[in-house]
Amino acid sequence: MTQLTEATTVLSAINAYEPWYVQIIKTLIIFVIGFSLVPLALLYERKLLGRFQNRPGPNRVGIYGSLQPMADIGKLLFKEQFKPRGAIGWLFVLSPLIAMVSALATFMLVPFSGAPQDILGTDVGLYGLDSDIGLLLFFALSAIGAYGVLLGGWSSASKYSFLGAMRAAAQLISYEASQALALLGVVMTAGSLSLSEIVDQQGDQGIWFLVPQIVGAFIFFVATLAEINRTPFDLLEADSELVAGFMTEYGGGRFALYYVAEYVHLIMAGAMFSTLFLGGWHIPFWQDAPGFLDPFVVLAKTVVMVSIIIWIRATLPRVRYDQLMSFGWKILLPLATLNALVTAIVLVAF
Amino acid sequence: MTEERPKDEERDGPVPEDGSAAAATREHDMDATTGERERGARIADETSGTTPQGDTSGQPNEGDAHPGTTGTGQDPEAASGGGAPTALKERDEDWEELTKRYRASEASIDFSTQLGAVATQDEAELLTINMGPHHPATHGVLRLLTTLEGEVVRDVKPIIGYLHTGIEKTAEDKAYWKAIPVVERMDYLAYYFNAQAYCGAVEDLLDLDVPKRAQYLRVIHLELNRIMSHLVWLGTTALDIGAMSILWYAFRERETILDLFEYSSGQRMHTRFIQIGGVADDIPAGWADKLLRFVEEMPRRLDQYEAMLSKNEIFLQRMKDTGAVSAEKLQEWGVTGPLLRAAGVPWDLRKATPYSSYDDFDFKIPVGTTGDNYDRYAVRIGEMRESVKIIHQAIEGLPEGPVMTGDRKVALPPRHELATSMEALIHHFKLVTEGMRVPEGESYYPIEGPRGELGCFVRSDGSSKPARVHMRDPSFINLQAYGDMVRGGYIADMIATLACIDPLLGGIDR
Repeated sequence: MTQLTEATTVLSAINAYEPWYVQIIKTLIIFVIGFSLVPLALLYERKLLGRFQNRPGPNRVGIYGSLQPMADIGKLLFKEQFKPRGAIGWLFVLSPLIAMVSALATFMLVPFSGAPQDILGTDVGLYGLDSDIGLLLFFALSAIGAYGVLLGGWSSASKYSFLGAMRAAAQLISYEASQALALLGVVMTAGSLSLSEIVDQQGDQGIWFLVPQIVGAFIFFVATLAEINRTPFDLLEADSELVAGFMTEYGGGRFALYYVAEYVHLIMAGAMFSTLFLGGWHIPFWQDAPGFLDPFVVLAKTVVMVSIIIWIRATLPRVRYDQLMSFGWKILLPLATLNALVTAIVLVAF
Repeated sequence: MTEERPKDEERDGPVPEDGSAAAATREHDMDATTGERERGARIADETSGTTPQGDTSGQPNEGDAHPGTTGTGQDPEAASGGGAPTALKERDEDWEELTKRYRASEASIDFSTQLGAVATQDEAELLTINMGPHHPATHGVLRLLTTLEGEVVRDVKPIIGYLHTGIEKTAEDKAYWKAIPVVERMDYLAYYFNAQAYCGAVEDLLDLDVPKRAQYLRVIHLELNRIMSHLVWLGTTALDIGAMSILWYAFRERETILDLFEYSSGQRMHTRFIQIGGVADDIPAGWADKLLRFVEEMPRRLDQYEAMLSKNEIFLQRMKDTGAVSAEKLQEWGVTGPLLRAAGVPWDLRKATPYSSYDDFDFKIPVGTTGDNYDRYAVRIGEMRESVKIIHQAIEGLPEGPVMTGDRKVALPPRHELATSMEALIHHFKLVTEGMRVPEGESYYPIEGPRGELGCFVRSDGSSKPARVHMRDPSFINLQAYGDMVRGGYIADMIATLACIDPLLGGIDR
C-alpha cells in the first residue's frame, strides 16, 4: 500500500494524472512549438543584427524577409550529405542528432503556466513535464547536448573540428559547474528544484528572484552564454580561428540539425532565465491576470532575454581561450560558491 | 610559356610533318588523322611568321612602324635548336618529373619534424594545421602552415603565391601611361598609393615638375585612400576578434570615401586619377563641399569606434601585450609603417623625405610604446585623425592653377586644340599610339603607404615602355616578422596579430 502511494506521488510529480492522450498531444504541440520557434529566432536574430549593423537584414524572400529561414532550411536539406574520408561514420551521423534531440528535449521543462488550464473540459498543465527535479533534468539534458558537440568534432577527422571539440570539452564542462552553482541560491530560496514551484515561489514571495539573487542571475547568465556557445564565448566555432569549429565538416541537413540545436539553446537560455529569475508567467503588479495570458508572458520575457543575447553578439568581441578558462574558474566559480554560501547563511539566519 | 611557344613552332618549321604537327596540335588528341596533321602544320607555318612580335617587347622597341622586320629566322635560339624532339609523350614525362619534384618539395615542408628545439614537450604533442589559402581570417589567399601544441602556436610559416598576377611583368609590356591601371591593382586597397609611387618614379626619370594644385589634389586623395584602407583594416580586424558590428560602421564611412572617389574620377576603386605629370582632371564642382562635410564628420565617427573598442575590456585584454616584437627586431626585418611606429620608431616618409608637398602640412606622427596589437590599433586610429587634418589643410589651401604638367611630350594636349593645332594633333597621336619616351635610367620612389614604405622601382631603357617595374610592397616585407610575433602565443592571438599586420595578398604576390 505504501508502495502504491509512493508510486502515485512519483507519478503525480510528473503529471501522470493527465490522460495518456493529453500527454501525447501535449508532447506533439510542445515539439512543434519548439521546432517552429527556431526559424523565428533565426529570422529575429538576423533582422536585429541587421538593425544593429546599419543594414536592413534579410528582406528579399517573403514579406520583410519572413521566409528567409525557410529558404535557408530548404537549401540545406537539398545539399549533398558530405562526409570526410576518415570520419567515423555512425558517430558523424549521430552527433548532430544527439545535439538536436537533447536541445529540443529541454524545451519540455519550461513551465508556461501555473495552474492547469481548462482546455475543452480537460485540465492541462502547460508544460511538457513538471518534474520535482526539473532543474537537474535541465542540466542533465544540456550535458548530453555537449556530447553531440564533442563527438561531432572528434568524429569528423578534421583538425579544425578536433580543435573545436577540445575547446568544447574544456568550455562546456567548466562553465556547467558555475552555471549549476549559481542556481543553488535560487533553489535554496525557492526550496524546490521544480521549475513551476520556483516560479510559484516568486509569486508567493512577491519578488522576482532577480532581485535577491542578482549575483546568481549574473553568473547564470554569463555561464549560460558560454554553455550555449554565444558571443563572447563562441570559441567552439570561432569562425575567424577555426573556420566553424566542431561543425567545420558538416553540411546540408546535418549542419541544419546543429543549427536547430543552437537556436533551441538560445531560446532555452531566454526561457530558463525568465523562469528562474524573471518570475515566469507573473506580470508585475497584476496578481490575478487571466490564465490564458501566462504562456504569452513567458514568451515575451524570453524574447527580451534573447534580444539581450543578440545585442551582446552585436557588440562584444570574443575572449581568448586562456581568458575564458581563467574567467570561468577564477572568477565565476568562486563567485558562485560565495553566492550560494551567503544565500544559505542569510536563509538560515533570518 | 608565352616565350616558349613560338620558339617551338619555329624550331619545328624545317622538321617535316611529325614534329610540327605535334607542336601545333598539342592540345588535340594524339590519334589525329593525317588530314588534321597537315592542317596543323599549315597553322604552324602561318603563325611562325607573325608571333615573334610579342617577343621583342622587352628590348628597345624601335620597329613599331615596321611590324614585318622582326622575321622568323632572326631568333638565334630558333636556329640553334633545330630538330629537338618535342613529342607529346616526352613532354608528359617532363611534367611527371616536375610534378614529382614539386610534390617532394611540398612534402618536405613538414615542421613537426624540425621542431625539436622549439617544442617544450614531446613532438607527439604537436599538431600541424594548414590555415588557408581558404580561411576566413587570412585576409585573402594566404596560407599559414601552423604548428600547434594544444592552443599554443609553436611555429608558423606563411606561404604565399596564390594571388600571383604577374602585374610587374605585365607593366613591362605596356606604355608608361598605360601601366598605371595595372600597377594600381597590386595592393588593391591602396590604389592611389600605387599610382603615386609609380608615377613619382617615372616623373623622376623624366625630371618633371608636377603643378602645385595637382600635388595638393594627390595629397587629398592619398590621405582619403589611407583612411579608407585603415577603415577596411579596422572592420576586418574587429571581425577577426569577434566584434562584428564595427565592420559595417567602418564600411559606412568607407562608402562615403568611395563616393568621393567616384565623384572626382568616375571610379570607386582603381581610379587611375593620378597621372604621370599631374592628375587626370580637376575636381568637379561641389566636390570640395562634399569632402569638407566628410572631414567634419570623420572625427566624430572615430570617436564612436573608439567608444566601442578602446573602452571594451574584452577588446583591451585581447589586444594588449599580444604580438609584440621589439623595434630593433622589426627594423632588422625591414618592417615599416604603422607596425614600426607602434613599436615607438617615428619613421614616416611623409616627414622623413617629404614628397608631393607633404612639407606644407602640419601633422603629427602617432607612435606607440610597446608595439603590441593595441598600439598598432591606436596608431592606425591616430593616423586616421591626422589624415583628416591633412585633408582639411589641403582643401582649405588648395592653390589655383593647372592640374597637369605643361610638357606636351608627357601630357595630352587640351581637347579643343586638336582641331586647330597641327602640333597638338601630332603630340596627341604620338602619346596615344606610342606613349611617352622616358630617358634611360633607374629610379626608386618610396612613399608612405597605409601599410608602410611603398616604393616603386622603374628602370627605363629609353623606349616608351618600362624595362622593369618593381614594387617594394610593405605587406610582403612586413609579413616576414609574423613568425616572431606569434610564436608562443595562442591561436586567437595569431589571428589577431595577422589582422593587425594588415597584409594585402594582392600586394604580396603582385
